[in-house]
Amino acid sequence: MSKDTEAIERTKSISEPYKYGFVTDIEVDLAPKGLSEDVVKLISEKKSEPKWMLDWRLKAYKKWLEMTPPEWQKASFKPIDYQDAYYYAAPKSGDKPKSLDEVDPQLLEVYEKLGIPLKEQEVLAGVEGAPKVAVDAVFDSVSVATTYRAKLEEIGVIFCSISEAIQNYPELVRKYLGSVVPYTDNYYATLNSAVFTDGSFVYIPKGVSCPMELSTYFRINQENTGQFERTLIIADEDAKVSYLEGCTAPMRDEHQLHAAVVELITLDDAEIKYSTVQNWYPGDEEGVGGIYNFVTKRGACRGNNSKISWTQVETGSAITWKYPSCILQGDNSVGEFYSVAITNNAQQADTGTKMIHIGKNTSSRIISKGISAGRADQTYRGLVRMQRGANGARNYTQCDSLLIGDNCGAHTIPYIESQNPSAQVEHEATTSKISDDQMFYCRQRGLTEEESVSLIVNGFCREVLQTLPMEFAVEAQKLVGISLEGSVG
Amino acid sequence: MALLEIRNLHAKVNKKPILNGVDLTIDVGEVHAIMGPNGSGKSTLSYILSGREGYEITEGEIIYNGLDILDMAADERARQGIFLAFQYPVEIPGVAGLTFLKTAANAIRVHRGIDELDAMDFLKFVRSKASSLDISDSMLKRAVNEGFSGGEKKRMEILQMAVLEPYLAILDETDSGLDIDALKVVSDGVNNLRNDKRSILLITHYQRLLDYIIPDKVHVLANGRIVQSGDKNLALELEEYGYSKFSEVVE
Repeated sequence: MSKDTEAIERTKSISEPYKYGFVTDIEVDLAPKGLSEDVVKLISEKKSEPKWMLDWRLKAYKKWLEMTPPEWQKASFKPIDYQDAYYYAAPKSGDKPKSLDEVDPQLLEVYEKLGIPLKEQEVLAGVEGAPKVAVDAVFDSVSVATTYRAKLEEIGVIFCSISEAIQNYPELVRKYLGSVVPYTDNYYATLNSAVFTDGSFVYIPKGVSCPMELSTYFRINQENTGQFERTLIIADEDAKVSYLEGCTAPMRDEHQLHAAVVELITLDDAEIKYSTVQNWYPGDEEGVGGIYNFVTKRGACRGNNSKISWTQVETGSAITWKYPSCILQGDNSVGEFYSVAITNNAQQADTGTKMIHIGKNTSSRIISKGISAGRADQTYRGLVRMQRGANGARNYTQCDSLLIGDNCGAHTIPYIESQNPSAQVEHEATTSKISDDQMFYCRQRGLTEEESVSLIVNGFCREVLQTLPMEFAVEAQKLVGISLEGSVG
Repeated sequence: MALLEIRNLHAKVNKKPILNGVDLTIDVGEVHAIMGPNGSGKSTLSYILSGREGYEITEGEIIYNGLDILDMAADERARQGIFLAFQYPVEIPGVAGLTFLKTAANAIRVHRGIDELDAMDFLKFVRSKASSLDISDSMLKRAVNEGFSGGEKKRMEILQMAVLEPYLAILDETDSGLDIDALKVVSDGVNNLRNDKRSILLITHYQRLLDYIIPDKVHVLANGRIVQSGDKNLALELEEYGYSKFSEVVE
């Protein structure tokens, strides 16, 4: 299949209501239902982890038992019964595959259905200019395949599952795991620290610019499982990397918890660009089912002149609750947060960022575009903190909300704390609606109602969408349109 | 052959009668002008023809190209070849003019069974139309109508007409807000688009537009009805005597 027709097929297939809603009948290895110290030990044992890792998990588990779930968010939901879920589900296919040839073909089929280019050889053999993306695929609890690994190893880039990193690069993992999001951080991050099952690990050595996009696709398949992945990305001095994650899940009537932790670390002059296209199952129109996406994402700009940039396109999940943040420790370090959040029907989202300015002349930029339709409710919540030593620090924040229809809500809650008189903080916020004039103008030019909404909303989000890597920007644009289907009229 | 037949059209907005029995026939390839005082129903007529919601049609019919279009949505009418150049073109932030044009052109091309144009071919096609309207590439890259001057907006409307190639183009007060130079550019643009397959309906207050775009027929709309029709000389008479006598006719 040529690149063009492939692109067309993918574009076509994405324009269905929720095409990722299928369930794959695969034999799985499940831990007993419920959460206990034994389950934590079992997970660690299944992964043949060293003792330090198990000890860390157990400390987190004990801490978690003392904690209570936070309740300050705007989203509302029934308490989660943590004893009614599985904490480990792995496809049964014997030992961890050594290469793609050994991966269960049924699993490869699943990823093919999802449109993920796991078969690296196809990409390698592809035409000039074909997107080069190395992929780590996480199915329920385990990473099933990491592509392009050999090619990346040649230049010293480590891209593997976190489980493998614990085995093969324990010194790096011990040094950095929990250094940005400690195991005591918050209820969901602490739970994740105790029971995380897999995720991706990336290390970019000094002076290396990773020559391709790195990408992880997360898939929840098994019923009643939580997914607790853990991602750790380290960019050593003067290193650069762009990383993208995508997520899907089958349609199910129960809510499923996704409580991930992502930690990013940049040393001097390093740069990480982290993009998310989140399309977990959002539940049906009445709000039955869907994923609870309670995620802790945080990056530390440890080095001078380093940069961390978050871009997120959040269209899925019943509830999204997350604040990808930057701790700007190094002097002249830069934090960015670009967000598009779309909530339709009964979806809820409470999302934003935290920019903590510690070093001198640090700067941050926050661009948030929220679109609410149906009966959905959405909150932007963002903290900008200028600490005492942050001389000359600057922040610019722009929050725009777009409402579609009369039954949805949008809220903007900025927190600004400044302890340094030389720091500058700017905040702009707007709320608007798609006007009848805009709709009529588009339709008079031949666009259907849904094409018109999609065009107007894509224009509204443009500033954020254009920060996505090229290959994903097109898909994200389509996704924006699909997420709002049926929102007008 | 008639492209458009409006028969005894009555319409209300918010229960208030605006059109009170409009009859109008436009043949293929003809240019008609509708003139009339403020509040006579000119803009209402253009919105009803192009399918804007919010108007209650209480009587009459509109036959376009042999089709009864009253139940057709605005986008369906557009794809059938009805184009409205807006009196107040609307801003769409973040959507580049070129993207907007391409999306619209391809929607219409698909409907007509013509292949969609790819980005390169489309750019060539648009440039060939844009240069005579004094529209640069940088203007095409800007967001639709955002921060445009009155003249730029009107030129962009005519560019859209040139690209979408309608069979019936309704120009709603396209001359309003234009200085004399801009009026000339826009009029030349419209004249270039005149041909024996395309009908044009000009809606205007003033005779001056008709010095540049010479109509085949001129109608006077007053109190929601066409009260007089004639050739281009009717516009000159109106310029001299004003609309007052028509108000009396109806009262």
